[in-house]
Amino acid sequence: MHEMSIAASMLEAVQAESTRHGAHVLAVGVKIGELSGVDSESLQFCFDALVQDTDLAPLALHIERLGWRNRCRQCAVDFAVEEYRTECPQCGSAETELASGNELEFAYMEIEET
Amino acid sequence: MTRVPMERKVLNENDRLAGELREGFLRHGTVCLNLISSPGSGKTMLLERTLASFEPSRRVAVLTGDIQTDNDAQRLARYGFPVRQITTGGACHLDARMVTSALAGWQPDAIDLLLIENVGNLVCPTSYDLGEEARVVLLSVTEGEDKPLKYPATFHRADLVVLNKVDLLPYVPFRMDLAREYIRRVQPDVEMVEVSCTTGVGLDTWRQWIDARAKAS
Repeated sequence: MHEMSIAASMLEAVQAESTRHGAHVLAVGVKIGELSGVDSESLQFCFDALVQDTDLAPLALHIERLGWRNRCRQCAVDFAVEEYRTECPQCGSAETELASGNELEFAYMEIEET
Repeated sequence: MTRVPMERKVLNENDRLAGELREGFLRHGTVCLNLISSPGSGKTMLLERTLASFEPSRRVAVLTGDIQTDNDAQRLARYGFPVRQITTGGACHLDARMVTSALAGWQPDAIDLLLIENVGNLVCPTSYDLGEEARVVLLSVTEGEDKPLKYPATFHRADLVVLNKVDLLPYVPFRMDLAREYIRRVQPDVEMVEVSCTTGVGLDTWRQWIDARAKAS
């Protein structure tokens, strides 16, 4: 359960950005990959619990979940990894590497100019 | 309402501190390893066996993380090398800030090898870079061989997987071939070593892996 620490880090960052832009932040968007080790529902819960006690409230969290995709080192095809099958669906090679899925990133903020 | 892009990692501050740590380790020629596993996979025992095999002149130091107690630091301090306990008081992982404060007062250029034993947890430590050069994930044969599939994020970021407690293989239904296949599925480039801290099998290979990193730095 490290989602509480992650939610706290997010609020610190949003607070800093809010001050920098001199604007009220309505929402923050994040990208969470399937391999990030972060559970989206748990993060949403922790975020909502923490934000209440800050002057950022009400602040919405928009989570975009990204699936696990690998790229083949032989034929360069990019494919969704399902059921942990990481071999290339096109050429059958076992030599594939992560293309996306370990994201734990901010994407955007929705602000109200003041 | 305006939407402004915010392209940065959520754990930016941790990554910044980890970057500073990594830079310091590189500058002083310190090899830093981050050991991650479930509770009870044998991280502390592996460190005990490793420290016991080192020459007293070896410039090695250990940080060990737990939610409570300094039991592990006491166990590890017997071998005569500097050891510090990081007690997180509830947090399920170490972060770069905790490592930075734990290192305070130690001469950075007097440490060639820094071993960090993370809090026993196969999920949370994954997201936190500690400035390590390599991540070592332990999986013991008393656990399920499908752990790499259940916790892909952790195994995906491993540089080395230590398959521990292999002396127990005759008594448990663990299939080593399947475990290796599952690890490869989530991280095709990973190295693996089979060890038993009880019989000592594989410990030479593990030490050679550490020494190869120390030489390269």
